[in-house]
Amino acid sequence: MKKIIKYVIIDILRNKIMLGYTLFLLVISLSIFNLEDNSAKGLLSLLNIILIIVPLVSLLFSAIYVYNSSEFLELLVSQPLKRKTIWLSLFSGLATSMAFAFLIGAGVPILLYEATPTGFMMLGAGLLLSVIFVAIAMLAAVMARDKAKGIGVVILLWLYFSIIFDGLVLFVLFQFADYPLENIMVGVTAFNPIDLSRILILLKMDVSALMGYTGAIFKDFFGTRLGLIVSFFVLVSWVVIPTWLSLRKFKHKDL
Amino acid sequence: MIIASNVSKNFGRLKALDNVSVTCNKGECIALIGPNGCGKTTLIKSILGMVVTDSGFITFNGQNIKRNWKYRENIGYMPQIGRYPESMTIGQVLDMMKDIRGSKDALPDEDLINSFGLKHMMAKRVRTLSGGTRQKVSAALAFLVNPDLLILDEPTAGLDPVSSEMLKEKIIAEKNKGKLVLITSHILSELDDLVSQVIFMQDGKLCFHKSILALKADTGEEKLSKAIANVMLSR
Repeated sequence: MKKIIKYVIIDILRNKIMLGYTLFLLVISLSIFNLEDNSAKGLLSLLNIILIIVPLVSLLFSAIYVYNSSEFLELLVSQPLKRKTIWLSLFSGLATSMAFAFLIGAGVPILLYEATPTGFMMLGAGLLLSVIFVAIAMLAAVMARDKAKGIGVVILLWLYFSIIFDGLVLFVLFQFADYPLENIMVGVTAFNPIDLSRILILLKMDVSALMGYTGAIFKDFFGTRLGLIVSFFVLVSWVVIPTWLSLRKFKHKDL
Repeated sequence: MIIASNVSKNFGRLKALDNVSVTCNKGECIALIGPNGCGKTTLIKSILGMVVTDSGFITFNGQNIKRNWKYRENIGYMPQIGRYPESMTIGQVLDMMKDIRGSKDALPDEDLINSFGLKHMMAKRVRTLSGGTRQKVSAALAFLVNPDLLILDEPTAGLDPVSSEMLKEKIIAEKNKGKLVLITSHILSELDDLVSQVIFMQDGKLCFHKSILALKADTGEEKLSKAIANVMLSR
C-alpha cells in the first residue's frame, strides 16, 4: 500500500496546481493577518475564505484527479493488488496532499499570528474539511462514469454545502418561527460539515455572543467537552462513510 | 490452468459474455478470434478480474479468482491500448512496475526492453510516445516479471514489421518454456505459426474451441485465415 501512496503523491506533486493552491492560501492568510491590526479579527476574515475555498479546491481537484488517473487505476487493477489497497492508497495520497497544502498554506500563518485555542480549532477544522471533501469527491467520481457529469455533480455538491444548505435551513427556520427549533438546529448542523466547522470555530471566538438565543443553545452543546467530542466524531464519520461507500462501489466496478 | 464455467456478463442490455465455458492448459498458445464486439476483451478482462462477472466462475490454477488478487502475480497482461500515467517517463513506468510486482524469485525479464531499444528512450514522457512505442512498452511490461500466463490483446497492432517479428519470436520462446499464451488478433496470417489452438467467439457466445490442426482438417483449408473465413461464411 505504501508503494502506491508514494506514486500517487509523487504524481500529485508533479502537478503544479497543488503548489499554486499552497501559495494562494499562504498569500491570502499572510495578507489578511497583516491587514488587520487585531489578529483575532484577521482569523474571522480568514475563516470565511477558508470555508469557501478549501472545500471547493478539495472537491474539484480530487474529482478531476480520479478521472484523469483512470488509466493508472486500470493498470493497477490488472496487477496483483487488492482493489481495496488501490482505492485507499489513492484516497490517502489525495488526502495527505490536500491536508499538507492546507497545513503549509494556512496552518503556518495561523500558528505564527494566532496560536490560540481558536487558531488551533481552525487549523483542525481546515485539515478535517480538506480530507472530508476528498472523500466526497471520490464517492462522486466513482458513482458517475462520465467525467463531465462527475465534475458537474461535484460543483453542485459544493454549492449545496456552502450555500443551498444554509438557505434551506433559514427557510425552515422562518416557516416554523413559532416553534422551538433550537435543539433540532444543533442536530441539523451534523448534516453539513462546513456549517459544523464554522459553528465550532465561531463559538471559540467572542463574536458568538452576537448569535442570540440559538447561539446560547449552540454554546450549551458545542461549548462542552462532550459536544466537542461528538462534533469530532461527526466530522470523522463524514470521512469514513463516503470512503466506505466509494470503496464498496469501486470493488465491483468494471474497468 | 484457466477454467471458466458458464461465465456471463451483461453491460446494460448488451450480452457481452453469454454462458462461456472454456478450459486452457499450460504450454498452449491460444488465439481468441471473432468479429468486433464479440466479447474477446471482456473475456480477457474477466480473467484478470478487471470486469466483475455476473454469473459463473473462473478458476486459475484451481483457485476461484473472485475476491482473489494474488493469482495475478502469475499473469502478464498487454492491453489493447496501453495507457500509462501521462506525466511519467518510460523509465519511471518500468521502475514502478518492477517495484509493484517485486518479482522475488527471478530477475526481471528485460529481453524485450533490449530488443525494442527502449533503453535509449527511458527519459521520454509517456504523453509524447507514438502508438507503436506505447505498444512496445506494454509488451515489455507484460513479459517483465516472467509470468506463467501471458494475455496479449492485439499485440502486434501498430508495431512495425521488425518489432512485430521480435515480439512473435519472444511469444514462441515463452510458449516453448511451457507457459500459457492467450492472444487476440485480427491479423490471422500472423497467428499461423504462433498458435496451437483457436477459440472462436460470436455475440458473446463461444462457438468452438479446437486445435488448429483439427480446424484446418474440418474446413479443408491450409491457412488459418482461409479456415476462419470459411467458418464465418458458413454461419
